[in-house]
Amino acid sequence: MTEDILIAEGLTKHFPVLGGFPFRRRVGAVQAVDGIDLTVRAGESFGLVGESGCGKSTTGRLLTRLLEPTAGRIHYRGRDITHATRKELAPVRSEIQMIFQDPYASLNPRQTVGRIVSGPMEINGIDPPGGRTARARELLETVGLNPEHYNRFPHEFSGGQRQRIGIARALALDPKVIVADEPVSALDVSIQAQVVNLLARLRRELGIAFVFIAHDLAVVRHFSQRVAVMYLGKIVEEGPRDDIYHRPRHPYTHALLSAVPDPDGDGGPVRERIRLAGDVPSPVQPPSGCRFRTRCWKARDVCAEVEPVLARADGSGPGHVSACHFPEPPTVERATEVILDPALDPSSPAGD
Amino acid sequence: MDDAFLSVRDLHVRFRTEDGTVHAVDGLSFDVPRGRTLGIVGESGSGKSATGLAVLGLHDPRTTTVTGSVRLGGQEITGAPEPVLEKLRGNTVAMVFQDSLTALSPYHTVGHQIAEPFRKHTGASRREARQRAVDMLGKVGIPHPALRVDDYPHQFSGGMRQRAMIAMALVCDPQLLIADEPTTALDVTVQAQILDLLKDLQQQTGTAIVLITHDLGVVARTADDVLVMYAGRAAERGTVRDVLRTPRHPYTWGLLGSMPRLWTPVDQPLTPVPGAPPSLLTPPPGCPFHPRCAHTERVGGDRCRTERPELPPGRGAACHLGEERTR
Amino acid sequence: MLRFLARRLLGALVITVLISAITFFLFFALPAEPALMSCGKNCTPDAVALINKNLGLDQPVPVQYWHYMAGIVAGRDFTVGHCPAPCFGYSFSNQQPVWGTIVDRFPTTLSIALGGAAVFLVVGTGLGLLAAAFRGTWIDKLFSSLSLVGNALQIYFVGVVALAVLVSGLHWMDNPAYHPITEDPVKWFTGMLIPWLVLSIIFIANYSRMTRSLMIEQLAEDHVRTARAKGMGRRTVFFRYAFRGALAPVVTLFGIDLGSLFGGAIITEFTFSLHGLGRLAVSSVSETDLPTLMGVMLVGCTAIVVANIVVDATYALIDPRVRLA
Repeated sequence: MTEDILIAEGLTKHFPVLGGFPFRRRVGAVQAVDGIDLTVRAGESFGLVGESGCGKSTTGRLLTRLLEPTAGRIHYRGRDITHATRKELAPVRSEIQMIFQDPYASLNPRQTVGRIVSGPMEINGIDPPGGRTARARELLETVGLNPEHYNRFPHEFSGGQRQRIGIARALALDPKVIVADEPVSALDVSIQAQVVNLLARLRRELGIAFVFIAHDLAVVRHFSQRVAVMYLGKIVEEGPRDDIYHRPRHPYTHALLSAVPDPDGDGGPVRERIRLAGDVPSPVQPPSGCRFRTRCWKARDVCAEVEPVLARADGSGPGHVSACHFPEPPTVERATEVILDPALDPSSPAGD
Repeated sequence: MDDAFLSVRDLHVRFRTEDGTVHAVDGLSFDVPRGRTLGIVGESGSGKSATGLAVLGLHDPRTTTVTGSVRLGGQEITGAPEPVLEKLRGNTVAMVFQDSLTALSPYHTVGHQIAEPFRKHTGASRREARQRAVDMLGKVGIPHPALRVDDYPHQFSGGMRQRAMIAMALVCDPQLLIADEPTTALDVTVQAQILDLLKDLQQQTGTAIVLITHDLGVVARTADDVLVMYAGRAAERGTVRDVLRTPRHPYTWGLLGSMPRLWTPVDQPLTPVPGAPPSLLTPPPGCPFHPRCAHTERVGGDRCRTERPELPPGRGAACHLGEERTR
Repeated sequence: MLRFLARRLLGALVITVLISAITFFLFFALPAEPALMSCGKNCTPDAVALINKNLGLDQPVPVQYWHYMAGIVAGRDFTVGHCPAPCFGYSFSNQQPVWGTIVDRFPTTLSIALGGAAVFLVVGTGLGLLAAAFRGTWIDKLFSSLSLVGNALQIYFVGVVALAVLVSGLHWMDNPAYHPITEDPVKWFTGMLIPWLVLSIIFIANYSRMTRSLMIEQLAEDHVRTARAKGMGRRTVFFRYAFRGALAPVVTLFGIDLGSLFGGAIITEFTFSLHGLGRLAVSSVSETDLPTLMGVMLVGCTAIVVANIVVDATYALIDPRVRLA
């Protein structure tokens, strides 16, 4: 049994909404993350997927303590780091690193690559054997860059190479956990695969655990052993990869999977067609009960009244939990189409 | 094909920049018949967006030269005077852009922006155009269109804005629609809605569509034919089924191999294309893909480095290797 | 929108009160004794004390401030009689009601400032639009060089040159003078023309350059391209889409420039010997005339604050995205 390295319990982040008259005051809250539990095991890749506004990036920032949680606890290797001070956090900070989406914005354009990569060592006063420069060159080589490029500036590199620089910087302190927030979504497809393969190699060879945050379900599937699906600040389904992708129980996961366009056309099993209507509701006033019910074709009265808990449904494998009153049958195959979009429904005339 | 509505021959687009001339599109030819969808696939800098703009004559003549031939229903576009182009744009040929937040004017209501081209091209009255805008909003699936017609774009969600932009593009029943990454900024469930909507509307109206995208999955779901672009040139062309099932260009192999899937076994690692696309300021001689290609040795000699492969008409690939792979 | 205006008005009131308080208390930090002004040559300490009592200067400063501010709202009784609201007191130097003097002088300053603003907004943005429309041609280059020259000019210099050339040299115009617009609009206009041109010249350069670069920026915007893709004509795209977008930052700049506009108006007054609020303010300081100083400060402050609200409201009209804020 591997160690549970990073544990979040009831993690919550509400951003205040200001308004009112005559003085601006807090009139509401964006419930970006609303009470989620998750466990990351040592050396595994834990995937966090969802659409924009589901709170996956906020979760990443909470886990790295870049944001202060409104409620809930974060434990790192048995230590409660929820409200650890800067000083208490210092040793932990070096073990939990973050990689960001935009390789253009997250690197200082006025620093050489060498300085960027050795910066974290300087700040933390770490002197690796052989010196910081040698270590930085070694790291550049590890991520597939030429160590000779030590003295170049970020603008001399392509997008994929810049993301590699960001990865080298994250590796500088020998982290145990890397939170990667959309690390490949700004890259072209042919480059994306290079970076995904690099991350997979680092995980395997260095035993680093990853929290892999992405909107692209296919990328997450290739990189993560366990996957959690988020919707409007909640985890709606979580489990081993194959359970999530082949036997989803939550209607949202099902709809999400059916929406991903597949270049193989009819390469996979008989594909269902589920078309949700509309967009994700506002996280300021999320729907009562089940938050997905406003877009769900199975919703009944109980869904508005009782919030479903994350639990194992009948027929689900071990470790596979979903939060739904009416879970889907454990297969992705579907005989009938679910079309909720009024513009696509031939039976209802368009317009008002 | 002589029934092609859009016919592009030997199109070149060159941008003048401070660093030199960027040859964004380099001798491109393709046809789109009525009622069909051509997917133009490529990565950033492949020239796919520049091609879309050239079809509408939208490039800034101060910085850009467009040569070659673009014919719309037999009418030549390149070099046509601005008033002629204005009559075609939004009327015979319309465009949907990627980012609906910046591509719609923040200063005008959605209804106004939809009604405006209708009034200009059909001479309809203000009231008729407004009614048309409401009808179009309903047609693209905006709930309560009569109430939302006076909203501003920022009051719409991303998916609704993209629907509104489609309504705007289709308001004059164009015969050709150019959609430049129409779903890239959207979430996957909303993307599916928009792609289905485009297909649905095409079935109703018989519009020809050029779908510009970086995503082969989007092409597989929506297009009939596909043109793969690399470094401003056409790499491969054929029906979607042919190109995705039996790709002939090493770049297409690379694209398909580097895409993660939902169904294939996960233990196969992704096979990325090594390196990065070339700079279009100094494109490599010969085949533009040769610096990243693993098969130049098999072609033999210096052929890939010196001799530029041509794309044959119809189904085919611009590659000296002449090999087909079955997936 | 209403809520937005209400909040802005409330904020404006707070600012005005704050500035008046600062002015009032700073005045008493001056090493001058106002009573000596009214006392004349042979001044006994008793006489000074009497004057101080009559003027209320013997009371603590906060009490005096309270009486002063209350007088503006409710009127105030003096030994010489009742002073109806809005009562800004009587001048220490000429014993006239301050409000009357302000009502007399304010229109001059307002005319200079508003007229000058109108001239530089219209001419400045107009030149900028022309330069943007003919970008890269000789028109653009000519305007760019002219705006550099305009930037280097100062009001007092341009003012003197304008007087020497237009009035004394060519006799094209009379000396600038203020005639109330209500009495004779034509005379008001001709009398103000030179001050307007002189005041606006320093702003025109800035506004034309700013408009030009904003227009070039806007013409490259995605939504402008969309408008062209819909088949909109050049003119429509230029004015209805690009100019609409360029207008909002111009309005913002104007809001920032309001202070320098009133400052410029005051310098213009001096240059052309016009009797406006600026002169009144300067003389009230040198004559330690507290009521007049306070009156000018409050009116000037209110004018700028109101103008700012008008600017903000205009901005909201131009850009619907800020309306909800």
